Amino acid sequence: MTDHTDSTSKHKIDIHKKEHKEEMIHQVISFTLMILFTFIAFGMVILEISSYFVKPVLILLAVVQVVFQLYYFMHMKNKGHTMPAMMMFSGIAVAILTIITFTTIIWW
Amino acid sequence: MSNAIAQQRGLGAMIWDYITTVDHKKIAHLYLVSGGFFFLIGGLEAMIIRIQLMKPDNEFISAGLYNEMITMHGTTMIFLAAMPLIFALMNAVVPLQIGARDVAFPFLNSLGFWLFLFGGLLLNVSWFTGGAPDAGWTNYAPLSTTSAGHGVDYYVMGLQISGAGTLIGGINFLVTIINMRAPGMTYMRMPLFTWTTFITSVLILFAFPALTVGLFLMMFDRMFGSAFFDVTAGGNEIIWEHLFWIFGHPEVYILILPLFGAFSDIISTFSKKRLFGYSAMVFATVLIGFLGFMVWAHHMFTVGLGPIANSIFAVSTMAIAVPTGIKIFNWLFTMWGGSIKMSAAMLWSIAFIPSFTIGGMTGVMLASAAADYQYHDTYFVVGHFHYVIVGGVVFGIFAALHYWWPKMFGKVLNEKLGHLAFWPFFIGFHLTFFIQHFLGLMGMPRRYWTYFEGQSLATGNMISTVGAFLMAIGTLIFLYNIVYTAIKEPQASADPWDGRTLEWSIPSTPPFYNFKQTPLVRGLDPLWIEKMEGRKGVTPAEPLGDIHMPNASVLPFLMSLGLFIAGFGFIYQVDHNAWFIAVAVGMGLTLGSMLTRSLKDDLGYHIHKEDLVEKGDGK
Repeated sequence: MTDHTDSTSKHKIDIHKKEHKEEMIHQVISFTLMILFTFIAFGMVILEISSYFVKPVLILLAVVQVVFQLYYFMHMKNKGHTMPAMMMFSGIAVAILTIITFTTIIWW
Repeated sequence: MSNAIAQQRGLGAMIWDYITTVDHKKIAHLYLVSGGFFFLIGGLEAMIIRIQLMKPDNEFISAGLYNEMITMHGTTMIFLAAMPLIFALMNAVVPLQIGARDVAFPFLNSLGFWLFLFGGLLLNVSWFTGGAPDAGWTNYAPLSTTSAGHGVDYYVMGLQISGAGTLIGGINFLVTIINMRAPGMTYMRMPLFTWTTFITSVLILFAFPALTVGLFLMMFDRMFGSAFFDVTAGGNEIIWEHLFWIFGHPEVYILILPLFGAFSDIISTFSKKRLFGYSAMVFATVLIGFLGFMVWAHHMFTVGLGPIANSIFAVSTMAIAVPTGIKIFNWLFTMWGGSIKMSAAMLWSIAFIPSFTIGGMTGVMLASAAADYQYHDTYFVVGHFHYVIVGGVVFGIFAALHYWWPKMFGKVLNEKLGHLAFWPFFIGFHLTFFIQHFLGLMGMPRRYWTYFEGQSLATGNMISTVGAFLMAIGTLIFLYNIVYTAIKEPQASADPWDGRTLEWSIPSTPPFYNFKQTPLVRGLDPLWIEKMEGRKGVTPAEPLGDIHMPNASVLPFLMSLGLFIAGFGFIYQVDHNAWFIAVAVGMGLTLGSMLTRSLKDDLGYHIHKEDLVEKGDGK
């Protein structure tokens, strides 16, 4: 009986270690990517590429960085974060809707 | 319980008890009393409006005062009557329905109430200090930015303070419903009232910031010389309209959704049937909440947004009729084949269905952008929104009060008087507002002080005024019923309606800790399941143990009082710099109270297991 519990708890620790290792790899990858994105962003501006290309790419890179930040460093990809995620996305949707209205209907 | 002790110690102790309370049941009482008070003020303003419009060329009140009346009637009824009455119901019922001992943040709950009350009082002080706001409840710029006197300043400060309270209340209920459900109460087992409160809180969270921003811009335009809405200085007054309606349209769903939930619970209870299409009802609620954010510009069809924007908003507005229709049919199917008991609560609920459907139908008419050019700013619109707000929200509040009164005050409202109050109100309501659709189609514009003889508007307006008096009679009978019930009616049992949900498993009124043991929820309508299996109470989910309770605190009252004082300072600093002293004193009081709250640990107290055993079933 005792042996059995011991083995399961050992098994659990193993799983935990494995998960931890995986998470570490994920964080390192996303960290590297984020630094790379930052270099790309600065590089594009320094090389004076056409602003019609730079602006959308910069915004895209920024969005990806925010997603990395939220999901990998603030652990939103882990379990139990569905409700905060839903609230944040709803809030973002309302905010975007407001911005679209103001930029298209009022100031266009 | 503690209430009874307070009464023995006299009135002063009871008032102190209510000022410092953090108990959601007492905060519900506070919301109900102050919301009811503002409802009567708003009703009085409505009566004055109707008397003024009773006959052509009437001079009962002056044109300026009439503008103040219509502005304050709308503002009071939406922000100071309907909202707090809904919060009263939410506070009284939601923690009980999910098997919780209190809301997630009892301190914030109290703060939310006091902010609302002081904001409402500030708004109404304007009557005595040289004129109430007079730019309509929508407060459109530039009418509002150029309005003389301090009326509109009161509107801005009053709504800003009470709006902060509402936002706090909404967040509180979100967290409560997400985190504090009893074991086994999954999302799809929550009673409909809890579901609709949840969605309403989401709407509050996302809609109120738009109002806050709009009010801040308005405040800076009027008090500190900015020019957000001043076209001559490069501003744009349409910004206000958009911000107001981005808030304003979700606001009407904030008002109606909780009562949709109440109707669902009431109709299911008094039909002795499980709610028909529970998951469809939940889906429809979520969908209404979602679509509610995409329709605000239907209030602005005539602004000149262009045909594309108008078409998009027209279509999305019509789409809302679909989930609402789902709800209407589900209520009808719930009653179908049920063993219906015509209690007063059920009477209001049944009357709601056709009344609200008429309002919804004229809503679809108004949603058609091309036709709206004809209806816009006429009494047709006034008829429409009173059909949905009175026929939906007010009927709902009456129904819900009859239904949950025993849980809130320990006595069942007298049924005979309940029926007697219903009929004059119901008949008066249709008499008042049905004819207004036709007055509108005949060309009577809204917000006009008077009309001339020979415009064929006299008969219709007379009928409308007679109806308004009938509604007033109905309200007075309801008030009499409250007094009569308090004096004459016997103590109610825990479950006077043979209910289905958790709030009926505990005594009326519940002990201050609600549940001695947290209940175990085994399905939808948890109490009904236990009854069908022959048990008396709900199965507990935990052994009897110590209960952790929050301490009472006077700080929320002081914080709100500080903002109230600072509000006067902001309003009058335009006239004289000395008024900045009021700003400093008020903000000092508020920030000082916040600092006290942050630095002083308040860990609450425990009710010990032994004391719970002594008290028997917790009475």
